[in-house]
Amino acid sequence: MKETVTDIKDLDKELLGKLDEHIATLDLTRKEESLIPTLYKAQELFGYLPHNLQWHIARQLDLPSAHVNGVVTFYSFFSEEPMGKYTISVCMGTACFVKGADKVLDKILKLTGTQPNEMSEDGLFTVKDVRCIGACGLAPVLTINEKVYGNVTPDDMDEIIESYRKGAADDKDS
Amino acid sequence: MIKTAEALNKWKQTLINERAYRLELKICAGTSCISSDADLIVEMFEKKVAEHGLNCEIEVVKTGCFGFCGQGPILKIEPDNVTYVRVKLADVETIFNEHLLNGRKVYDLMYKNRDDEDPAESEAGMAFYQKQLRIALRNCGEINPEKIEDYVRNDGYKALADVLEQNDPEALIKTMRDSGLRGRGGGGFPTGLKWQFTRASKSDEKYVICNADEGDPGAFMDRSILEGDPHSVIEAMIINGFAIGASNGLIYIRAEYGLATRRLFTALQQARDKGLLGENILGSGFDFDIEVKLGAGAFVCGEETALIHSMEGHRGEPTTKPPFPSEVGFRGKPSNVNNVETYANIPEILNKGAEWFKSIGTRHSNGTKVFALAGNIRNIGLVEVPMGTTFEEIIYDIGGGIPGGKDIKAVQIGGPSGGVITKDKLDTPIDYDSLQEVGAMMGSGGMIIMDEDTDMVEISKFYLDFTQDESCGKCTPCRIGTKRMFEILERLTDMEGTPYDLELLETLSKNVQSASLCGLGQSAPNPVLSTMKFYRNEYEDYAYRRKKTAYSIDPEKCIGCTKCKRVCPVDCIDGKVREVHVITESKCIACGACYDACPVDAIVRP
Repeated sequence: MKETVTDIKDLDKELLGKLDEHIATLDLTRKEESLIPTLYKAQELFGYLPHNLQWHIARQLDLPSAHVNGVVTFYSFFSEEPMGKYTISVCMGTACFVKGADKVLDKILKLTGTQPNEMSEDGLFTVKDVRCIGACGLAPVLTINEKVYGNVTPDDMDEIIESYRKGAADDKDS
Repeated sequence: MIKTAEALNKWKQTLINERAYRLELKICAGTSCISSDADLIVEMFEKKVAEHGLNCEIEVVKTGCFGFCGQGPILKIEPDNVTYVRVKLADVETIFNEHLLNGRKVYDLMYKNRDDEDPAESEAGMAFYQKQLRIALRNCGEINPEKIEDYVRNDGYKALADVLEQNDPEALIKTMRDSGLRGRGGGGFPTGLKWQFTRASKSDEKYVICNADEGDPGAFMDRSILEGDPHSVIEAMIINGFAIGASNGLIYIRAEYGLATRRLFTALQQARDKGLLGENILGSGFDFDIEVKLGAGAFVCGEETALIHSMEGHRGEPTTKPPFPSEVGFRGKPSNVNNVETYANIPEILNKGAEWFKSIGTRHSNGTKVFALAGNIRNIGLVEVPMGTTFEEIIYDIGGGIPGGKDIKAVQIGGPSGGVITKDKLDTPIDYDSLQEVGAMMGSGGMIIMDEDTDMVEISKFYLDFTQDESCGKCTPCRIGTKRMFEILERLTDMEGTPYDLELLETLSKNVQSASLCGLGQSAPNPVLSTMKFYRNEYEDYAYRRKKTAYSIDPEKCIGCTKCKRVCPVDCIDGKVREVHVITESKCIACGACYDACPVDAIVRP
């Protein structure tokens, strides 16, 4: 089993401060109703919800940590593992598969140096293989965050991945 | 701020009179068209219009979904009443120079019902629209969803003003009951009756809840309505609140619906700014406000009790009914949960009267229903038809038939909770009761057309994979039952099953159906039972392991052209030029690529 980090000291102080500021604006008379919005904020700030962060939120909202963990693990939107800045979802539905989605996926994994569902070392990408996303007319298809790329080939990926790398570097500079 | 019904009407008249554009350019900005660069097309047109100093003459409008998603991005020019389809960035220049500046229509960009026909200039000439009747989608593609002015100009908030002026909630509920409107989320419960129950519950606080947690794979009508006409849902919720005596509304929307959520927030703010939402609406003394709650990705939250728990900050698990939400709902108070499409119908019903609505559709199913048409069909998109329209009409008249000269096998309706309609039942009218008679259900509106090549066991497996994954885990029959059902189906398709598995699958299906806690589990076996009933032979082919799963090549016909070898994604075809090719059947994934590539029909299907 994976070791569970429970020490709150490991969390980024600045981000934690921002989260607490957000919690301070909430109406805590209904603390349970504030939980999901708080988790949204926390995931937006930290990128994911590690156990120690869940503990922190539980304390701040005065809720049992089992309740917080129960909610985090119930909804697919919340992640307990770190996620890259860009989530690349490669459709592995039948239509995409027969048109070579597996080759596209292999190429992406090679370019980002990751395994499916793991974050790349630079923190930029998480690559997922997903079930049919219902865009079979564009097969093979993948999405990067919300943008849809249709009719992609393994060769297209060099340029696409590079454009995101460049975009991230520009964001940092500005 | 609009303070009276009279002021609202006056504002509407001003808006109508002020409209002095020579031309209006309506461009679909729904999710599907945006993914094909509709946003950039809008920007380019705006730039062109500004460059030529035509800002006062031509208005560029970003509208909601036109419904014809397979032909997007779609662009409509009014009052010329011309529709262009599959518009690309490169076409902007042509349309601008030819049509907008010189009034010459661009026939190349128009839709053709058939390749050998003349292009259809407007929607009236497009078969896709001819049998449709748009009530819930009336404003989608017509107005700019980000402008309250556009909505008000098209009779928006008129129903609300009338309701508040009459000040008679009982009469309002009677109108709703008389109209015969039934819930469009799947269950089909009469809306007026539901309102009446919630009104009858005594409490100091009540809640109006809009269920926008649309989660069926392949269904997107609620998203399109919220993206294309958010004000109609807001107006209906206020009316709902007035009817049952609630002053708080909540919209539970999927987190994945980013664009819809943004437009909803814009619309809510506009309504508040104009005094149509908030305290003392239109000077009537009635207060009502709406809050948006984001879902976090759980299919089961479409079930109303699960939805309420999710809004309260718990795991979205359902509870037994009774008590119904109309008695004990959100925060333990009486709550009225309605689906997006149901709401979108309401302002129009009140404006045109219950009799008008009742005259549309069949005896026990009134009005229209929106369907998301997908699968092996030429015209993929969103269609709204009167109840009682047959499957044949939707598939052949609106949908344009099956592509590739293939024959139809079945229609899947109702998504993971629904069933199949077989080829010989395509003349079934679509209404709540007829569908139940043939063993399917209305569901929320996903309609998947399947051609003759479709493997029904694989289809069942696809839906079961979805439900076993989305089962919340609270009750055992659904949590374990759906998982075991999926495993049996996997065993069958892997050619490792036995005839006994069929018996097991049927028994298990019936147990899950009768013992599960909520609608998700109770309806999860439907796709299996319905396909087993009509296509039992396909299940038996797997169970007796006589199903052929690989393609093969007829050595008599093969000319050795190597075309099949080149397209095979798993490289399982061997052979030299001008020699007979052979498929290694153990490696074949039965994708059919070689079948389509062969010029002499030498490939034999499994």
